Amino acid sequence: MAQVAHDAVTDADLRPFEVAEEPLYHPKTFIGKYIWSQDAKVIAIQYGITAIGIGLVALVLSILMRLQLGFPESFSLIDPANYLQFVTMHGMIMVIYLLTALFLGGFGNYLIPLMCGARDMVFPYVNMVSYWVYLAAVLILVASFFVPGGPTGAGWTLYPPQAVIGGTPGTGAGIILMLISLCVFIIGFTMGGLNYVVTVLQARTRGMTLMRLPLTVWGIFMATVLALLAFPALFVSCIMMILDRLIGTSFFMPAMLAAGEQTAYDGGSPILFQHLFWFFGHPEVYIVALPAFGIVSDVLATHARKNIFGYRMMVWAIVAIGALSFIVWAHHMYVSGMNPYFGFFFATTTLIIAVPTAIKVYNWVLTLWRGNIQLTVPMLFAIGFIFTFINGGLTGLFLGNVTVDLPLSDTYFVVAHFHMVMAVSPVLVVFGAIYHWYPKMTGRMFDETLGKIHFWMTFLGTYAIYYPMHYLGFEGVPRRYYAYGETAFMSDSAQDLNAAISIAAIIVALAQLIFIYNVIKSLFSGKEAGHNPWKATTLEWQTPHTPPRHGNFDEDELPSVYRWAYDYGVPGAEQDFIPQNVPSEEMAAARGQGETKAES
Amino acid sequence: MTATLIFLALLMGAVVWWLLRQTFNVKPWVASAPSGAQQGVGFLAPPKVALGVLLAVITSLFALFVSAYSIRMELSDWRPLPEPGLLWFNTAILFVGSLGLQWAWRGAAREQWAAIRTGLVIGGGCALAFMAGQLIVWQGLVASGYLVASNPANSFFYVLTGLHVLHLLGGLVALARTSGHAKAGALVKTRLGVELCAVYWHFLFVVWLILFGLMLST
Ligand code: HEM
Ligand SMILES: [Cu+2]
Repeated sequence: MAQVAHDAVTDADLRPFEVAEEPLYHPKTFIGKYIWSQDAKVIAIQYGITAIGIGLVALVLSILMRLQLGFPESFSLIDPANYLQFVTMHGMIMVIYLLTALFLGGFGNYLIPLMCGARDMVFPYVNMVSYWVYLAAVLILVASFFVPGGPTGAGWTLYPPQAVIGGTPGTGAGIILMLISLCVFIIGFTMGGLNYVVTVLQARTRGMTLMRLPLTVWGIFMATVLALLAFPALFVSCIMMILDRLIGTSFFMPAMLAAGEQTAYDGGSPILFQHLFWFFGHPEVYIVALPAFGIVSDVLATHARKNIFGYRMMVWAIVAIGALSFIVWAHHMYVSGMNPYFGFFFATTTLIIAVPTAIKVYNWVLTLWRGNIQLTVPMLFAIGFIFTFINGGLTGLFLGNVTVDLPLSDTYFVVAHFHMVMAVSPVLVVFGAIYHWYPKMTGRMFDETLGKIHFWMTFLGTYAIYYPMHYLGFEGVPRRYYAYGETAFMSDSAQDLNAAISIAAIIVALAQLIFIYNVIKSLFSGKEAGHNPWKATTLEWQTPHTPPRHGNFDEDELPSVYRWAYDYGVPGAEQDFIPQNVPSEEMAAARGQGETKAES
Repeated sequence: MTATLIFLALLMGAVVWWLLRQTFNVKPWVASAPSGAQQGVGFLAPPKVALGVLLAVITSLFALFVSAYSIRMELSDWRPLPEPGLLWFNTAILFVGSLGLQWAWRGAAREQWAAIRTGLVIGGGCALAFMAGQLIVWQGLVASGYLVASNPANSFFYVLTGLHVLHLLGGLVALARTSGHAKAGALVKTRLGVELCAVYWHFLFVVWLILFGLMLST
């Protein structure tokens, strides 16, 4: 019905190829508002809760693994097959179902429309479907825990032939459900991703030029572009592996013996899978890193009351990192026996990508330099991120070199490296971001003291977990091992170290309960936050209602943007910040006289 | 991975060029009153931009398959399969469908409802005929013993043609919706829908040409 009316208007008075803004869909019932919601903010929270929920499962899995590693004789519950299944599900859930979904589906949905000054995503219906498809993917994944044989234990990289052939846990229904779940996830993500990209490109409000976008939006935007282009590689490999597994094609599966019998497979190429997987896998690192980069930039500027250092450089660095991330993938394959010249090529590109990344780090530090630093909880997490990211980035430079990587490959050095750079760092940003936008999302402040306790326990705790792992790696302790037994190369202290790491891991896991308690408790008893507790400049803090209602801004008019997002501590200004939608005095005067020259 | 890298290099080149134009000589820190009357939804209809992005995603998908094809092809067990002559006929049908939608697009710009309707029917009908044709090709191949799993060349043939047909099916859903609008006489929606469908049909035709060419030449 609404559509007919809509056509009647637009047919009559629009230029031929223009389409009017669709009227916002206004639900009346509870279900329409909070379940089948088309409001990006509600969808964001749905994404967030689902992602964090499944992330907690992955956290529990990591604790189970740590119990086994730290106290190998004591837990008869976990057998070697379980251990491999836990490693696999932990890794896959954390990378894809938690971080990717949370940054893009969660923060992307919440922040893109608000920060761009739009009422909603451009295709609210598709956006809603995207969430439900994501939920289906999560449920399929969870279902694999309950099928005979359990979930796949092939490692999150799912390398064939062992992912498919008997002997690895979960080669029955487990691997099939995993592959299907990934395909479903990718389809759901693509629906969401189209929304994020088109909203940033086409639905920015007046005056919001690209070069005035907050870096958060830039980070999420570029990460979405990467994901849209890189996920197809995972999709392709999943489809081919499903076919190998189900109908016996030989895309990846070589001729081989299994349990003494010749299999029907012939001539497939496991290396082909590795290429496809890492063609997705490396950009995936930046899919979770770029949003984190963007969010950190904004949090740092806001809480240091200073403009971000080198804004344009930051934008270009994001774009450069995004583009370069497609030509480094084979640095994950140095041990696959590739041509040394390829190794040289990929080592070089890997080192080159460090340049824009380093530029970003310098710019964050320079933003802090002589800033009016407020050590709020979000700021603590943002600064913690810089430390952790530098750590993980530096070990990345080591691993990027072929000769150094060969002995370290598949040891705990690698585990330490990637947890520092793509696990702990983005997770610190996730926490920082939740603390930063919590007042806007709920209208209430969280408990500052609990937040600080949470920060210090998490920050120091993760160092207690991952620092010693570098040393274990040097000793040659391999990853994805259930127990080490007696070996010649491991010192006696290595086992003590493993026990200590496990205790630290348990403490860190428990610290997350403080966070969850804080989030829930403050919902009811936190003090009123007001519209703009951090005195921030970006548009989401200028909404007439907190939390913002459906439609985000003033009923009749979207905000106009007069400046970039970083006018903090402007000399001569009344306050130490000027929101993006506040004109300067001359502009206001010009407007008052009706001389809206710029607008005519 | 050459095919994929070439595609990505072109795409990234376009992005960088576009961005350079946006950022060159811009001083983000200078405040100014907004210019232009842009408010809310931008001047290009979002569905058109979305289609462009979607086509990039689909291109990435097929480029990766082509890359996988050319890597797998090098291995010793590859036995090319004979391409049935019917494929040429199917190609022609797909081309006619594309032409039909082009005609509908032209008609939409001039508000010629008859042209729109005929064009839509030709586009949809040809797509259906193409799919039926592909199915017959499949049946023929299966009957003469070229099974999916018996050789990687066969596997790729079935996967690539199957995936292409699936994309066409998705297009048919959009085409059906557009036909609904056309039936109701809603000009603006029909125009947009016809344009999107036409572009998508052309795109899938080009994808098919590339796939077909690849399979013919190997
Ligand atoms: C308290 C936090 C965490 C702990 C204690 C932890 C612990 C572990 C352990 C023990 C392993 C297995 C190492 C092995 O045997 O090879 C592992 C693997 C892994 N973790 Fe974590 N982890 C944590 C958080 C995260 C997060 C947030 C991510 C997100 C990116 C992540 C990603 C991975 C990946 C990708 C693997 C590799 C899985 C594989 O080898 O297939 N972890 N983690
Ligand atoms: Cu990498």
